[in-house]
Amino acid sequence: MRIGVITFPGTLDDVDAARAVRYAGAEAVSLWHGDHDLQGVDAVVVPGGFSYGDYLRAGAIASLAPIMREVVDGAAKGLPVLGICNGFQILCEADLLPGALTRNEKLHFVCRDQALRVENADTAWTSGYGAGEEIVVPVKNAEGRFVAAPETLAEIEGEGRVAFRYVGGNPNGSTNDIAGVTSANGRVVGLMPHPEHAIDLLTGPSVQGLGLFTSVLAAV
Amino acid sequence: MARVVVDVMPKPEILDVQGQAVSRALTRIGVSGIEVRQGKHFELEVDDSVDDETLHRIAGDLLANPVIEDWKVTRL
Amino acid sequence: MGPFTLVPVTEFDSRPAVDTVSQAAATPDTVQPWKELGLKEDEYARIREILGRRPTDAELAMYSVMWSEHCSYKSSKVHLAYFGETTTDAMREKMLAGIGENAGVVDIGDGWAVTFKVESHNHPSYVEPYQGAATGVGGIVRDIMAMGARPIAVGDPLRFGPADAPDTARVLPGVVAGVGGYGNSLGLPNVGGEVVFDPSYAGNPLVNALCVGAMRTEDLHLAFASGAGNKIILFGARTGLDGIGGVSVLASETFGESTGRKKLPSVQVGDPFTEKVLIECCLELFHAGLVVGIQDLGGAGLSCATSELAAAGDGGMHIDLDRVPLRAAGMTPAEILSSESQERMCAVVTPENVDAFLAVCAKWDTIATVIGEVTEGERLVIDFHGETVVDVPPRTVAHHGPVYRRPLERGAHQDELARNTPDTLPRPEAPSELRAEILRMAASPNLCSRAWVTDQYDRYVRGNTAAAQPADAGVVRVDEETGRGIAVATDCNARFAALDPYAGAQIALAEAYRNVATSGAVPLAVTNCLNFGSPEDPHVMWQFAQAVRGLADGCAQLGIPVTGGNVSFYNQTGTTAILPTPVVGVLGVIDDVAARIPSGFRNAGDVVVLLGRTHEELGGGEWAHVVHGHLGGTPPTVDLEAERRLAELLAAQSPTGTHDLSDGGLAQALVEASLVGGQGARVTLPGHDPFVALFSESTARVLVTVAPDAADGFLAAAAAAGVPAERLGEVGGSVLEIANVGELPLDELRTAWEGTLPALFDA
Repeated sequence: MRIGVITFPGTLDDVDAARAVRYAGAEAVSLWHGDHDLQGVDAVVVPGGFSYGDYLRAGAIASLAPIMREVVDGAAKGLPVLGICNGFQILCEADLLPGALTRNEKLHFVCRDQALRVENADTAWTSGYGAGEEIVVPVKNAEGRFVAAPETLAEIEGEGRVAFRYVGGNPNGSTNDIAGVTSANGRVVGLMPHPEHAIDLLTGPSVQGLGLFTSVLAAV
Repeated sequence: MARVVVDVMPKPEILDVQGQAVSRALTRIGVSGIEVRQGKHFELEVDDSVDDETLHRIAGDLLANPVIEDWKVTRL
Repeated sequence: MGPFTLVPVTEFDSRPAVDTVSQAAATPDTVQPWKELGLKEDEYARIREILGRRPTDAELAMYSVMWSEHCSYKSSKVHLAYFGETTTDAMREKMLAGIGENAGVVDIGDGWAVTFKVESHNHPSYVEPYQGAATGVGGIVRDIMAMGARPIAVGDPLRFGPADAPDTARVLPGVVAGVGGYGNSLGLPNVGGEVVFDPSYAGNPLVNALCVGAMRTEDLHLAFASGAGNKIILFGARTGLDGIGGVSVLASETFGESTGRKKLPSVQVGDPFTEKVLIECCLELFHAGLVVGIQDLGGAGLSCATSELAAAGDGGMHIDLDRVPLRAAGMTPAEILSSESQERMCAVVTPENVDAFLAVCAKWDTIATVIGEVTEGERLVIDFHGETVVDVPPRTVAHHGPVYRRPLERGAHQDELARNTPDTLPRPEAPSELRAEILRMAASPNLCSRAWVTDQYDRYVRGNTAAAQPADAGVVRVDEETGRGIAVATDCNARFAALDPYAGAQIALAEAYRNVATSGAVPLAVTNCLNFGSPEDPHVMWQFAQAVRGLADGCAQLGIPVTGGNVSFYNQTGTTAILPTPVVGVLGVIDDVAARIPSGFRNAGDVVVLLGRTHEELGGGEWAHVVHGHLGGTPPTVDLEAERRLAELLAAQSPTGTHDLSDGGLAQALVEASLVGGQGARVTLPGHDPFVALFSESTARVLVTVAPDAADGFLAAAAAAGVPAERLGEVGGSVLEIANVGELPLDELRTAWEGTLPALFDA
């Protein structure tokens, strides 16, 4: 099982995502933003950071990178893709996921341990959880407020495409407390919180983030 | 009521990281020969009693950071 | 919309012709603006003497900026030498690089070396809080990169005016957002720091930035240019008009009442994305062995980088300024040389490695340009448009600046301060008064939760943070296989330093040392950031000299060396200086970060023990400050031998939890240990005076928790080690219950402790 982890210039959490992949028992494969090659990986993680500085809109420039064209093609064929934080923003900008991520309600960066409820435990990245299970993972972002047009929102809520919801306090003013969403086929998932920072009690608040990385092993 | 536009731009000598990022992205998607500078655009609905001096004051004190930005006030 | 009209317009045309060396030789009588550039008359005369002619504009710019207080340490040098004099060979054993390098480097074992440093960016952060703080982080990170290390953590000791002052509402949110905005974008965990409020910092905020880097010992790089024919490569961002004159004007002139914001020169703007790419690019260059010497561009830009690289090498240097990639049209040589554009580095590379070097830079989309080479001879020669504009002996620019032995005098008011003791201040007596005062203190700006600030910093990135704020020290894993890591803490109570700068510096050292020890690490090395008023004020100079001696003597006593530091003078408004603020950083090593000691009360049933002895010591303390707005008397006694015994006991016994006692005394330590650990406790206060037990700030004290079955053994070990230890009670429940004082439910404490900063700064 080989899982690709993409590095754009400005990506920060690639080492963490690769570590989480290894903790889950898979091989982490580094993918470079300028390449047109997914190296035959079985799944892809788009990690957090500030790709290309995120100076235009978070994720906007990265969504145009050569490697993302391959990811979009792969996703169309059912390749599991996980976007974390900036990765989620990139997947939204690349139209693999609905909605957009905007500036936090209080307009500043927020880093804290956050409780989430797994709303949809049927996706490639959440099958290891029970529906309704609560987990604690770090959230850290400045542009994490999920918004979508009313009809889009109705659609993703109606189809059960909210993957994760904030509980015990919404850190950024996200609509309907949405922390993460999934594609209609459950293969592409994006979330603002950082499961890769919750895989070891030495360095994180819990080990409850590892489930995303172990779930995907069963999905390919 | 009048409509006033305030445009705020990074001073020319100040590094404009946002404009630079957009310029680079354009090169990456194959469009060359474009240099971008990025600023902010404010649209204000103002009472007729508000004079130009007041507009410049709010532009300079609030909308722009005069240490690193210039501004332009335009009555439409 | 039509073409953009900019207001005000910056004029670039009608510039004078370039001032060349031959022209300077031919026109000795040209009047030069040496005074406006911050030089004294005799300094200007010395430059003319060194060169045997008047300097060119470019040379004048170089000398003036390199001979400024900020770059030359001209007022502090004679005192800082004491650090070297007091460092013994035994202390030097683990030191791979020390004072004089970009940052000190220490050997932490297993082939790993760690480098760390604190630097100030005070004045720029007052002018433009966001960019000032952001570029402060950027600058210290490049210092660490220039040693060959990967930056692994940052931290920020910050000081502001009164928490409720209008200017603090402008400065603090901007500074915090700047520290976060830059550090978060670099992917560096922020693991600690300080936030302190005091009226003396109104108009003079202190923004100090700490960075820690790690490397394999063989990767250590020093800044020097050797080997004639080797190429000088400038890489990173383009050079623009930012921060021209920033070092000599911005960083070393008092803000007078008359100086409005708009008259100040433009500040530097940081681009953390470029810096992040620069970090990865540099590390790849180091790994590939493509770098002979390297220097970051910070204050004084190319003036500093070229003169320092050349001065530290074995030859001269030739630079062609026309090759420097510029961001603005029409820049003069003086401007190019003094530009403080951020995110630039300068490397010395052998000719055969130039292509490989440029290829690595190209991979990272980093602009890299050969701008010159190392030459035979001993001159730094800089050409522009085919003519020589600089021809100087580089050491006269970089090392042989003026040295001042400024007058120093202990001011008469120092005795008044000492006489004004807190002994007669009304004290709370009834349990209800004591209880109310504990809550009031917990909610006060200097003691309340820093979460509003630290939650804007990423502490998780890179996945190696084993402890971060609100822990006593930041703990970061360096080696993922062995778990070897470091702990780092910075501290300073400037009120103690005001009462007695010698003791105050030692208390800062003792506290940082203790904080590292309470995390389970062994203290190894010291850095500092000495923030003071004007060196031209004899009393300030006395404070400075005392603080340096106190710190150096303290380090010698503890057996850990000062590996580097930074001095920031002229922190004053008019003639009123800030409180002397010698911020001390201590770095420790921990063999396996998994063995770190967590902060606070974690396990119900654990025994709570107070280590150390409590005396009645309230001078300069937080209680006198918060409750009475009082500053006077003498600071707590320093006992560094007791600190050392305490550290050794903690290392040998590994308790289940710890918390250092400092600002606010035992009262605040109990509150924080409960809230941070998430468990209440039932305790009885030591001694016969509950007020003194709660609020005295005696040093060399730590609160620890021990598993019940280990308590007797721990107490015996403490006795054997000569560390006073007293069993106070036991951990558990959701209430902090203090015998003869009352019950403090954690919810109530939390509301008091956490509410203050959001109420002040959530606009």
